[in-house]
Amino acid sequence: MLDIKHVYKTFNKGTPVQKEALIDLNLHLEEGDFVTIIGGNGAGKSTMLNAVAGVFELDKGHVSIDGHDVTKDPEYKRAKYIGRVFQDPLRGTAGDMWIEENLAFALRRGKNRSFRWGISNKEREQFVELLKTLDLGLEDRLDSKVGLLSGGQRQALTLLMATIKKPQLLLLDEHTAALDPKTAKTVLDMTNKVVTENNLTTLMVTHNMNDAIKYGNRLIMMDHGHIIFDISGEEKKNLKVSDLLAKFEEVSGKELSNDRMLFAK
Amino acid sequence: MNIISWLWDIQGGATLGVIWAIMALGLYLTYRVLNYADLTVDGSLTLGGAISAVCVAAGVQPILAILIATVGGMMAGSVTGFLHTKFKIPDLLAGILTQFALYSINLRIMGKANFGLLNEVTLFSQIKDLGIPSKWAGLLIGVVFAVVLIIGVYCFFGTEIGCALRATGNNPHMVKAMGANTKVYIVLGLVVGNGLVAMSGALLAQYQGYADINMGVGTIVIGLAAIMIGEVLFSKKTYFHRLAGVVIGSVVYRIIIAFVLRISLTADTVIKITADDMKLITAIIVVIALVVPGLKDAALAKTSAKEGE
Repeated sequence: MLDIKHVYKTFNKGTPVQKEALIDLNLHLEEGDFVTIIGGNGAGKSTMLNAVAGVFELDKGHVSIDGHDVTKDPEYKRAKYIGRVFQDPLRGTAGDMWIEENLAFALRRGKNRSFRWGISNKEREQFVELLKTLDLGLEDRLDSKVGLLSGGQRQALTLLMATIKKPQLLLLDEHTAALDPKTAKTVLDMTNKVVTENNLTTLMVTHNMNDAIKYGNRLIMMDHGHIIFDISGEEKKNLKVSDLLAKFEEVSGKELSNDRMLFAK
Repeated sequence: MNIISWLWDIQGGATLGVIWAIMALGLYLTYRVLNYADLTVDGSLTLGGAISAVCVAAGVQPILAILIATVGGMMAGSVTGFLHTKFKIPDLLAGILTQFALYSINLRIMGKANFGLLNEVTLFSQIKDLGIPSKWAGLLIGVVFAVVLIIGVYCFFGTEIGCALRATGNNPHMVKAMGANTKVYIVLGLVVGNGLVAMSGALLAQYQGYADINMGVGTIVIGLAAIMIGEVLFSKKTYFHRLAGVVIGSVVYRIIIAFVLRISLTADTVIKITADDMKLITAIIVVIALVVPGLKDAALAKTSAKEGE
């Protein structure tokens, strides 16, 4: 479904702040894989997701989605295969536009946009049904501005927008990190439900090791721009946080410790 | 003081207001909807006036002349859009460059700095010939154009493309993630916006009976004044309210200007305010409109902070 082959990316090349973000990164995903990604700050987790989404051009390497080589495609062209939820709740929605306008916009992901009306009545009915499943009372607020919603509501809406037109690949970039713990859990459960029900191929970056173990069928750990640990199936189910910490020390020769990870028990 | 002359001031202000409102609608599209400070407008308004005047003098049907002028404005907008999206020139600079270049182009089109339309057939003379008093012909034409364009722009905003354009101004990241090319919509917004600005200039040239190389000076500030007065006076509930607010704002702005001139004409002040002072007064209006909402928010924050203590 997804193939990342020998991908290299260096930011600010030739300057004092040069950063080798991805070094010979390789990853293959089967259809329906739900992969959680952990790693320290600057390990390249978000950079990998952005490389897949086409936010920047690669220095070397190839990315293909569902058999299509998208290496040269700009971000907006790849979007027809990809649904995305970002860490910043403000990023995934248009705050000055209504809930129904955002959903209608998402429903047309990857399609040619024309002078037809932006929303049909039939779609409105569909939106009401979908919003009911979120159980946040948004189904009565189709014509509310998204900017009036809370961070959690906005992130739930973004998740719905990312999956309203079934994507070949779902990219979740620490999408619960900006939420309070209770809301984060709600959004995560919602995520798990939509991913498993639709059998979506998913990459989810998280800083919470418990979540990384609990969700998905495969876990990868990143450090210094490549994957240092890749585990799936039964083995992954039986993982413990202490195993992950030990594994990280073993492979990278340093402690996996940053404040966020230690506090996120 | 003569009440009749005041009423005529209102009528004259309203006429100029609705004609300039078309420009303000165009600016609203770029400045507010697309979130792009487009300085092309000073040049594209003059471009519209120049094309319209030259065409009318050459015997082209006045309404057709306005349409040709509109297309000219759209081309000017596409140049700015191209400079910005293709060559990554910052938005302000891209607009200034096009505007600067347009000065020469406008002079080339007119062949001189002031192009008069004495005794030519214009849209306004045609309406007069239908038996409508000349004082009302301008207002009638302006209102018809403004109403049609409000409805047109409102419907455009409701289309898939219109939604994408609004979303581009609001959150370009989201637009790209949803598979739409923001560059296309930036160019489209500038094309439509400058088309409207040029249409306004085209009407203005036919209304006042001449095009002038300096007729567009300060267009962006006048447009901002109209937009901001409209936002103060009108609700922002729907886009229909907002667009109508822009037109009302433009009319109110012109009436304010007319009254200021009237007062200075009749009152016995030391310094006589003339039409030349209007740019200063307009700038002050815009500054007030920009600062007051901020002060209001600050005052609200202060009171709520006190309540929180």
